[in-house]
Amino acid sequence: MRRISLAAVGLLLGITVAFADGQKEPEPQTWSWNGVFGHFDPVQLQRGYQVYKEVCSACHSMRLMAFRNLGDPGGPGFSEAQVKALAATVQVADLDDKGEPTTRPGIAADRFPSPFPNEKAARAANGGALPPDLTVITEAREGGADYVHALLLGYSDPPADMKGKMMPGMNYNPYFLNGQIAMPAPLSTDGQVTYAEGQPAATKAQMAKDVVAFLSWAAEPKMQERKTMGIKVIAFLFVLSLLLYAAYKQLWRDVDH
Amino acid sequence: MHGEYRYEPKNGFMKWLDSRLPIMRLLDESVLQFPTPKNLNYWFTFGGILTFMLAVQIVTGIVLAMHYVPQETMAFDSVEHIMRDVNYGWLLRYAHSNGASMFFVAVYVHIFRGLYYGSYKAPREVLWILGVIIYLLMMATGFLGYTLPWGQMSFWGATVITNFFSAIPVVGDAVTQWLWGSFAVDNSTLQRFFSLHYLLPFVIAGVVVLHIWALHVPGNNNPLGIDVKGPQDTVPFHPYYTVKDGFALAVFVLFFAALVFFAPNLLGNPDNFVPANRLVTPMHIVPEWYYLPFYAILRSVPSKLLGVILLFGGILVWAFLPWLDTSYVRSARFRPIFRQLFWVFGVVCIGLGWCGAQTPDHVIVDLGPNMTAINAAVDHATKAGKTPEEIAAVQKSAEASERVTFAVVDLSRILTIAYFAFFFPGLFLLGWVETPLPLPESISKAVLGTRGGAASGGRPLEQRG
Repeated sequence: MRRISLAAVGLLLGITVAFADGQKEPEPQTWSWNGVFGHFDPVQLQRGYQVYKEVCSACHSMRLMAFRNLGDPGGPGFSEAQVKALAATVQVADLDDKGEPTTRPGIAADRFPSPFPNEKAARAANGGALPPDLTVITEAREGGADYVHALLLGYSDPPADMKGKMMPGMNYNPYFLNGQIAMPAPLSTDGQVTYAEGQPAATKAQMAKDVVAFLSWAAEPKMQERKTMGIKVIAFLFVLSLLLYAAYKQLWRDVDH
Repeated sequence: MHGEYRYEPKNGFMKWLDSRLPIMRLLDESVLQFPTPKNLNYWFTFGGILTFMLAVQIVTGIVLAMHYVPQETMAFDSVEHIMRDVNYGWLLRYAHSNGASMFFVAVYVHIFRGLYYGSYKAPREVLWILGVIIYLLMMATGFLGYTLPWGQMSFWGATVITNFFSAIPVVGDAVTQWLWGSFAVDNSTLQRFFSLHYLLPFVIAGVVVLHIWALHVPGNNNPLGIDVKGPQDTVPFHPYYTVKDGFALAVFVLFFAALVFFAPNLLGNPDNFVPANRLVTPMHIVPEWYYLPFYAILRSVPSKLLGVILLFGGILVWAFLPWLDTSYVRSARFRPIFRQLFWVFGVVCIGLGWCGAQTPDHVIVDLGPNMTAINAAVDHATKAGKTPEEIAAVQKSAEASERVTFAVVDLSRILTIAYFAFFFPGLFLLGWVETPLPLPESISKAVLGTRGGAASGGRPLEQRG
């Protein structure tokens, strides 16, 4: 739906979704939140959070996300107790009553901790590359969720024409600009994350889908609220338009125009 | 244009008020009872729609400003704070950002409606020029607003646009630094842009008042482009046009809501979700869609100064339209050649918009190898005494790189020439050579003509509002 309308408006305005030469276009996926009635699956978001926490967060910050967000309506739907427990697993820098630096267990209002204290430290630990913040990552890349999904699963050995061109420390990924990315394949084996009982098997494909769902929610936590309200607003405006049209026809009935 | 109607205060208090501040008289005579041609079609509803959109932008903008922080290290995060933590902040922000696009959609329809029906011709020249001023102010306001989220496209868009001023001879650099408040786009720039972004909408509102005042002196133009002859040609604005404009507005807002609720980032750029970084230039800096035709004009010439002159000329030329168009007939309905030129001009503008969204060297048509350049390269290699193998290599690389192409920049040049040629000499000469169709005697005669079957001059009404 979004794709079709995007293509239509794109044609109209002459804006094409531009993937640069030497960058493979991601395959569109069927996401549960696509379309007018689309919505996030809370259980999937919980799994996605687990993948983020156990895999991505080793290098990537999500500095605008707070633990309390994990309990917000339209999100992963963790209970208040679960949110407090998740927050308490991290240590947060603070000052004690004497003004001395100290650490304390996190509370729901704390932001997700960042893996590196600053950009220089992040680059130093990652061979000069800066792992981008993931708070709005699906909004910040052409192709959105489809792109992040394709990138996570897109790693392979470089093809013959790329073999000689690979820079040291870089990994081949055709979905990334110029095919060379500093990040090694983050999802390397099935079962890398242990999902709870009764959840689908943690295959690479499943983990990628789940973490992309989590990142898409994090990028726009109010999406559910937006679409629910949108349907009501559109319905209201439609009825209002009909009534105004009827009033207009009635009023102008006797005017030659 | 004042009809027969005069306001009569209904009671003692209203008489008392009327002799001190005749505000109810103004409202009654200039809005409610204002005599309006009865043949206005839906293209004439966009003035009301624009007034509504200005109000939407001001109201949402005032509330957004309560939560936004115009400071370079906090601006990006404060916008995300609005999206995440402020009650209905996402709605305010999406309404405001998409509202700007819808505002421009409406203003483009409004401008092209004025062009089609000759609404710029005497006695409405001042009304038209005020409209061009509003459009310029809108462009400035939209640009200033786009920098505020302080994403990559905000920052680099601001850098590109403000650099226009450095093209001015002698004082260019000084003017640019004065605009920045610094030696580059930075925190000082952001703070002043925020201040001006808050100011300009109220300036627009002021010029809109003048625009409506200038409208109410001659009265509305209409699809026939002929003057109102008497009360039989008009209806009171209220309720006839309040209801008709209301219906059109509701349909317009339906589209607006579809954008806000179901595709809020459709017209945005993903790069603006990346915080501004002066060390990383985006691959492809594009302005918002409503500036694209002018961006294409700017980039169609290799000289920066000439590009900037053409860009501003492309907007200012509209202000001279009342004198560039020499035809005495207003409506395109009675101008057979103008009517066709109008649509060609529309296609030219859309074509320029398309060009503005592409990279200038994007090849549209590859016309084959450039034999002249290839032969020259081979000759050069031969004269330099290279071996046959080396010459063959030179030829091979030249064949790969030297192509005759028709690129976006070539199309932009053709369309830029067409754009300006429409105004001059196009419209200027057309007025002398075109034979207009016979005009109807009056609005009511033309209307009755279609009802009775026999046209009373001119073309029958194609659209009856």
